[in-house]
Amino acid sequence: MNSAIRRLAVAAIILMLALMANSTYLQAFRANEINGRNDNRRVRDSQFSVNRGPILIGSTPVAQSKPSNDRFKFQRTYASGPTYAPVTGFYSYVNGRSGIELTMNSELNGSDPSMAFRRIIDVISNRPQQGGSVTLTVNAAAQQAAYDGLAGKTGAVVAIEPKTGRILAMGSRPSYDPNLLASHDLDKVGAAYKRLDGDKSRPMSNRAVQELYPPGSTFKLVTAAAALSSGKYTPETKVKSPAELPLPQTTTPLVNEDGKNCGGSNNATLTIALRYSCNTAYGSVGLELGPDALREQAAKFGFGERPLDELSGVAASQFPGDPNAPQTAQSAIGQFDVRATPLQMAMVAAGIANKGEVMKPYLVQNVKSADLKTVSETKPETLHQAVTPEVAAQLTAMMVDVVNNGTGRPGTITNVQVAGKTGTAQTSKERPPFAWFTAFAPAGDPKVAVAVLIEDANIARNDIAGGTLAAPIAKKVMEAVLGQ
Amino acid sequence: MSIASTSVIQIIPRTRRGVELLLLVIAIGVSVGAYVNIGITVQDTVPASTGYYAAGIGLLAVIAHLALRYRAPYADPVLLPCAVLLNGLGVAMIHRVDLGLAVVAEANGRTPKSAAAPQQITWTAVGIVLFLVVILVIRDHRRLQALTYTAGLAGLVLLVLPLIPGLGVNLNGARIWIRLAGMSFQPGEFAKICLVVFFAGYLVVKRDVLTLAGHRFLGLDLPRARDLGPIGIAWVVSLGVLVFESDLGSSLLFFGLFLFLLYVSTERAGWLIIGGLLFAGGAYFAYQTFGHVHRRVTDWLDPWAIDGGQVKLGLMGQAWGGILGRGLGQGHPEATLYAQSDMIISSFAEELGLTGLIAIILIYTLIVERGLRTALGCRDIFGKLIATGLAMSFALQVFVIVGGVTGLIPLTGLATPFMALGGTSLVANWAIIALLLRISDQARRPQTPAAPVSDETIAMAVQTQ
Repeated sequence: MNSAIRRLAVAAIILMLALMANSTYLQAFRANEINGRNDNRRVRDSQFSVNRGPILIGSTPVAQSKPSNDRFKFQRTYASGPTYAPVTGFYSYVNGRSGIELTMNSELNGSDPSMAFRRIIDVISNRPQQGGSVTLTVNAAAQQAAYDGLAGKTGAVVAIEPKTGRILAMGSRPSYDPNLLASHDLDKVGAAYKRLDGDKSRPMSNRAVQELYPPGSTFKLVTAAAALSSGKYTPETKVKSPAELPLPQTTTPLVNEDGKNCGGSNNATLTIALRYSCNTAYGSVGLELGPDALREQAAKFGFGERPLDELSGVAASQFPGDPNAPQTAQSAIGQFDVRATPLQMAMVAAGIANKGEVMKPYLVQNVKSADLKTVSETKPETLHQAVTPEVAAQLTAMMVDVVNNGTGRPGTITNVQVAGKTGTAQTSKERPPFAWFTAFAPAGDPKVAVAVLIEDANIARNDIAGGTLAAPIAKKVMEAVLGQ
Repeated sequence: MSIASTSVIQIIPRTRRGVELLLLVIAIGVSVGAYVNIGITVQDTVPASTGYYAAGIGLLAVIAHLALRYRAPYADPVLLPCAVLLNGLGVAMIHRVDLGLAVVAEANGRTPKSAAAPQQITWTAVGIVLFLVVILVIRDHRRLQALTYTAGLAGLVLLVLPLIPGLGVNLNGARIWIRLAGMSFQPGEFAKICLVVFFAGYLVVKRDVLTLAGHRFLGLDLPRARDLGPIGIAWVVSLGVLVFESDLGSSLLFFGLFLFLLYVSTERAGWLIIGGLLFAGGAYFAYQTFGHVHRRVTDWLDPWAIDGGQVKLGLMGQAWGGILGRGLGQGHPEATLYAQSDMIISSFAEELGLTGLIAIILIYTLIVERGLRTALGCRDIFGKLIATGLAMSFALQVFVIVGGVTGLIPLTGLATPFMALGGTSLVANWAIIALLLRISDQARRPQTPAAPVSDETIAMAVQTQ
């Protein structure tokens, strides 16, 4: 009888060991997978209650967590929320995160592997987990200028430091106040999100990087770059520039905006054609070069890739895959299926400004742990050499001419030489065209490159032109950066 | 009896009550420490109720200890401290979830439900009273043998009670509760004790017959076909529990108990094989035929499919606890459904981590193994069977509920012994510990010079009565 009891004793131990083995598998090996589940409220709750680090411009927080006397312990607040919303994004209990709040989440809440040491110290010294801070590359004055300039309009502004790729401003309007979504009054958050999400003007969309637009005449810079790089053209090369350019395979000709030929000539130089933004001239150049050369040049400026990985939903700009001849001519002037983000057009200007070297754009300057030790510092990185320094110099001269003598005059800054290009892109007769301006300054030693897009300015159709609408905003942003 | 077992019987008799007192002090210290820890982390202060809690648990433990000193001085010294520790930690965790639920209720603008922890302390007191009754009234466990068939009938009635319309209630998918005078009871907890007494008394008498070998098959002595009656009845009853009360746990518990005692009394492994196959077959049939059983199994196979399912929430809590746990008061055990009752193990796993959970499982293991050791040392067959039955019921119950919560087997409505919120289970478990202590007192007590009465004589005496 006792031997049977002994066997049962062993059996009981086996049962208990099975429990321990199963729990070990669950809590030691599967824990990460389960903690990462979207429907895991515990993880969300605890992260929401962490003393999350600030998002800084210089040493000024644009997003920070302040102690609160409720179950979440900390309230996320956004100073000048709508101004920075396209960059910071929001941090909501109900609706998740966006922007830097999303992509830098583990750094901000301190759970990133790079802060593991700090976390262990916190655990040992029984301090609550404290998140790290993220310092942005954004220039406060430029961001404010971008936001103010877009007032009452639908559009976006991106400013880049050409030598490094640092993003100095990223504005998008209409915007929204992330404070509404970070509130601890969860019912209000739900209602606010529903309202913002259903708003036809899509205030939560970051138009600077998430939306694609026909770049219009600003794309002529890419066409010019391809032409000059081909070796068959110089800025003084004369090209066909009639009022109407007959296109092969179609009866619809390519026309200039004003219905006239280019600056009084049917054979204008590339410089003159850029000055007056002649469609027929660059259309004919595009036909000569062919779609592959244009696509290749566009790719060297960053088309076809997502150039920024510090925000989610960044769109890749595109050049059409296999256009026929008329479509190629249209593409060469930024119409047909050419699509670009404002960020991409800023990168084109920045690339030309930086002697043809396109830098990878970035928003995060550095990440510091709660005890102010630098955890990571972003180093400038070359994306592509888009054109040779010689071609870049030629393009710069042509863009200077546009501002001094042509459509870009509204972008002029006193005592500073600006180089720029306007754009007006038609999509359909029903909606107003898109107004563009992309520029950099000072032309001799560029400190800032900028692209401005106005989607819908609520003014009469014939007034739309990149020069009159978008250029003044670009001017303000550049002045802010240059400290004028 | 084998040679090895004689050495167990020849223990130098020592009461070890001092050791028990020391262990009790540790158990109470750990429990009160946990309670204070929770107060400090959640409310930033040593809770005012600490005195009530410490005095309650401490006083009850000391009363139980004194009863043993005077009425069962040779009783096992480890069982009582283990039970006190589990009970104390259980109340602390119930209190912790009380606080968590109050925070959630406040955040949602609702009035919090009344705290469950004081209720559980009251039930602990009732449990200790029953413990004292068992220790003081049952001076010799062998007298229970006279109640064999009474116990069997009582066990059956208790088992069937939840099925009576108007009395039984469906709770959490299983029908193992009854509602009486505004309070809920789980009669199965007491049925368990009654059935152990019945199985033990019955097998003492019948074991010789059941030991007779029938055919030999694959090296095993199978019982004769005509002796299959009792196991058949037990099987039908346990399947009835599974189908009508839709509780795999209770079903497994009752059938397992019978099987284990049958095996111990006959030493025929053949019974285990037959019983195991019968149960597996019956369970598979129920799984195929009855929707609620089927659902339990699918919930177990893919707990993630159900939004807000208690197993899923519990598993998330356990994962969140990780190896070392969030710390008492620093997790969110209240986010799991039934965090104080069915899922209390998950609450512990979240806040004390894998480390704490394994410690708790080890304490359960200690109780089981001390119970089985009592069975080994016991001098009469009836006592051996009862001790084995009670210890193995404990083991099975812990396996079934902890396994269910941690996703090893389908979840069932069995209570986590000593820890889960619920009066019936707590009181019944104190009775079980009292019985084990009573038997262990006899097992460890020095033998009187007078020739002991043989088991057979007692068995005969019962029969002739």
